[in-house]
Amino acid sequence: MIAVHRFLRSPEGLAGAGLLLIFAILALSAPFFFPRDPLSIAGPALIGPFQDWSLPLGTDRLGRDVLAGILHGARTSLTVGIAAAAAAIAFGAIVGTLAGFAGGLMDEALMRITEAFQTVPGFLLALAFVSVVGPSLAAVVIAIALAAWTGPARVARAEVLSIRERDYVASARVAGMHPLAIAFREVLPNALPPVLALSSVIVAQAILIEAALSFLGLGDPNRVTWGGMIAEGRAVLRSAPYLSIFPGIALVLTVLGVYLAGEATVEASAVRKGIA
Amino acid sequence: MTRTLLLIRRRLVTSIPVMIIVIIGTFLLLEAAPGDAVDAYVVSTGGDAGLIEALRQRWGLDQSPMTRLATYVWALLHLDLGYSVTFSRPILDVILERLPNTLLLMGSATALSFGLGSLLGVAAGAHPGSFRDRFLSIGSLALYAVPGFWLGLVLTVIFSVQLRWFPSSGIETIASGKSGIARALDIANHLVLPVAALGFIYLALYLRMMRAGMAEVWRLDFVLAAKVRGISRRRIVLRHVARNALLPLITMLGLQSASMLGGSVVIETVFSVPGLGRLAQEAVAGRDTPLLLGIILVSAVLVIVINLIVDILYGVLDPRVGSGEAAT
Amino acid sequence: MRKLAIRGLGVTYRRDAEEITALTGVDLDLEDGERLAIIGESGSGKSTLARAICGLLPAGTQIVGSIDWPSLRRAPVNGRDVGYVFQDPSASLDPVMTIGKQIAEVARTHRGATWQQSFALAEELAGRVRLPDPASILKAFPHQLSGGQKQRIAIAAAIAGKPGLLIADEATSALDTIVQAEIMALVKQLVAEDGMSLLFISHDIALASQIADRIAVFRDGRLIEVGPAESLLTAPRTPYTRLLLDAHLGLDTTKPWHSGGGAASARAGPP
Repeated sequence: MIAVHRFLRSPEGLAGAGLLLIFAILALSAPFFFPRDPLSIAGPALIGPFQDWSLPLGTDRLGRDVLAGILHGARTSLTVGIAAAAAAIAFGAIVGTLAGFAGGLMDEALMRITEAFQTVPGFLLALAFVSVVGPSLAAVVIAIALAAWTGPARVARAEVLSIRERDYVASARVAGMHPLAIAFREVLPNALPPVLALSSVIVAQAILIEAALSFLGLGDPNRVTWGGMIAEGRAVLRSAPYLSIFPGIALVLTVLGVYLAGEATVEASAVRKGIA
Repeated sequence: MTRTLLLIRRRLVTSIPVMIIVIIGTFLLLEAAPGDAVDAYVVSTGGDAGLIEALRQRWGLDQSPMTRLATYVWALLHLDLGYSVTFSRPILDVILERLPNTLLLMGSATALSFGLGSLLGVAAGAHPGSFRDRFLSIGSLALYAVPGFWLGLVLTVIFSVQLRWFPSSGIETIASGKSGIARALDIANHLVLPVAALGFIYLALYLRMMRAGMAEVWRLDFVLAAKVRGISRRRIVLRHVARNALLPLITMLGLQSASMLGGSVVIETVFSVPGLGRLAQEAVAGRDTPLLLGIILVSAVLVIVINLIVDILYGVLDPRVGSGEAAT
Repeated sequence: MRKLAIRGLGVTYRRDAEEITALTGVDLDLEDGERLAIIGESGSGKSTLARAICGLLPAGTQIVGSIDWPSLRRAPVNGRDVGYVFQDPSASLDPVMTIGKQIAEVARTHRGATWQQSFALAEELAGRVRLPDPASILKAFPHQLSGGQKQRIAIAAAIAGKPGLLIADEATSALDTIVQAEIMALVKQLVAEDGMSLLFISHDIALASQIADRIAVFRDGRLIEVGPAESLLTAPRTPYTRLLLDAHLGLDTTKPWHSGGGAASARAGPP
């Protein structure tokens, strides 16, 4: 409770939580305010922002509603960001736990694989994966997870290495528990907190990678994405820069919200530990 | 000197298995890609079923996966990355032609972000908790949230479209006939916006790391010891606190090289810089999977080399490196 | 002449809205060239006293009373008027700066010397603290030296500004007994040679008695007893000092005047 209190008292935490809340509400309410397909034509092409109040942010080259796009884009960004981060953290935590707990050859092999994934630029890997598999929401999520799981794996391994020497692990061994059961029931849950501390950074990175992929035309073609909207606006960057700028602002504010909230969470929990 | 050799040896020993895993990974992706090299070749040049069969046999594509992997590795050992259909040229040639532009872009962006980022980090970390510190720290977090490609577009709108200060695309003026210093200045002029777009995000990263590192060093006893010896605050900040906090940044330099290569894909695309990243985008657009995987392999080698250089640099800057492991 | 005059010194730390009183009503004098030991357990306020003298207390600390330097007509400067040696020699040196530079920067700051002169001074100081081969050891980094060598370096850096007062804050506690004895002898010699006053802070009353002219005993932030070393050891005035002496005698069997052995001797006073 103290941690929550501290979180809400820090201006960063409040701003971050506020931003995230706004975008979450926008994402959830998109189907109610704009029930029509955001990819469909809503009016004349290239209406500027703040000119027609039924289309407050204007329309793009094909006459699609920019505000509807931004609201529906929030759905895609947040869904992909959270799903990819969850997948990356889950996969990384499992690999890290196996490596740290098994030790020896298994550890060596898994760590070399982790290192190989860190050596290949994550974005290039995601790009290659999506281009081989074909663009879809699932492919994008997996591609981002492929690029982002190494951090959680390393942190989980380091944590497991210290936990596996503790008494309750030894007693579980003596009690004859299966090593895999010990690893995943006793060790992994205790190794999780520092891994979860990475989640805000990973969610933010995932949102940014998704945006970059869809900017390059590798997003799910049936969904509105902010990256796709920015790319779409590029063609008329000189005459209608707002088409690229508005979705970009939404992107920056979302990522900033994630970072701020994440930072405030880490600080609040660190302070709590400091008191105890 | 022996310390440096030890570092190089250690890095190489771990790099070989890593490279093998990367090669197997790219091979698997190549196998998973729809169609094979022959399909792609025939699409671009035309040919009948007989030719296709003959080509499959000649390139060993009718063999078992293990044999194909062996052929693939054997070719890589001979620096043969295959043939690019989109460019109708050997992949390695295309990549080597584009590599210098990317290295120039990355090098400049690294210099900008590391130099300016660590300086601002020192400015923030010199007085922890001050207004300047809070301002820089929030500002850098905001900057860190900005996607590079969007920043590139915004910079284009402001500095290229509105102010007309810098060109918005390319690496140099085409067919300008410039040479020597005039050409270098022309290239520099073209690189200002892409370097800013690529570098600013990392600038925020280095600023934050420097600031956090300094906050940690401030708490160490030797800083108190320097204070009680009467060393000036300026000297303590620069020569002791910042100097110690710089070390983790050097490591980060190596770790971020892979991320920066990835970032250059979008930045080069935005600014039409004919580099490795733009090439990757072109490979995706042209469904040229072998070319894309060739770029990945070369990038991995590049990242390993950069990390090796960073290791050596770190060894120079931190006298403690290697002292405990002389026996190994 | 008098080096230090401390009157009514009180120090209160503020930590998480909680006030912790570290020192109350301390009156203490230190003469020129005098060697004064401050004895107390951890939490007795002895290190707080040393840090208060150097102005090293964290921001927001409440300080009452006064610390005067009668022989100075200006505010005291750390390094020039007071040298400070910490307990942990490994932590008090910058790990990535050469030894020579760390001594030389003090000389340069306080003696108005050029870098070249400062390095020459550093070499001379390294010789004075009896480090072997000063010229080459100055090029070394802290991790290449032993704990004892590092403490000699820390002492050299502390006296590089030619201070009139040297504070040794548990300066030998982290070292093994043989090195401890060497450092004690070195400090004694340097203090005598340079005519410095010494504030020797320790939890070890027997160790302090080897070097101090006077001993001050602190407990719970208060000065409870101060007097010449000889008389304080033979005829302590407070039960607490007696307790400290007794506890020490019971544990330390290396002292020549303690040969009885066994539990019964734990309560025996010195002859």
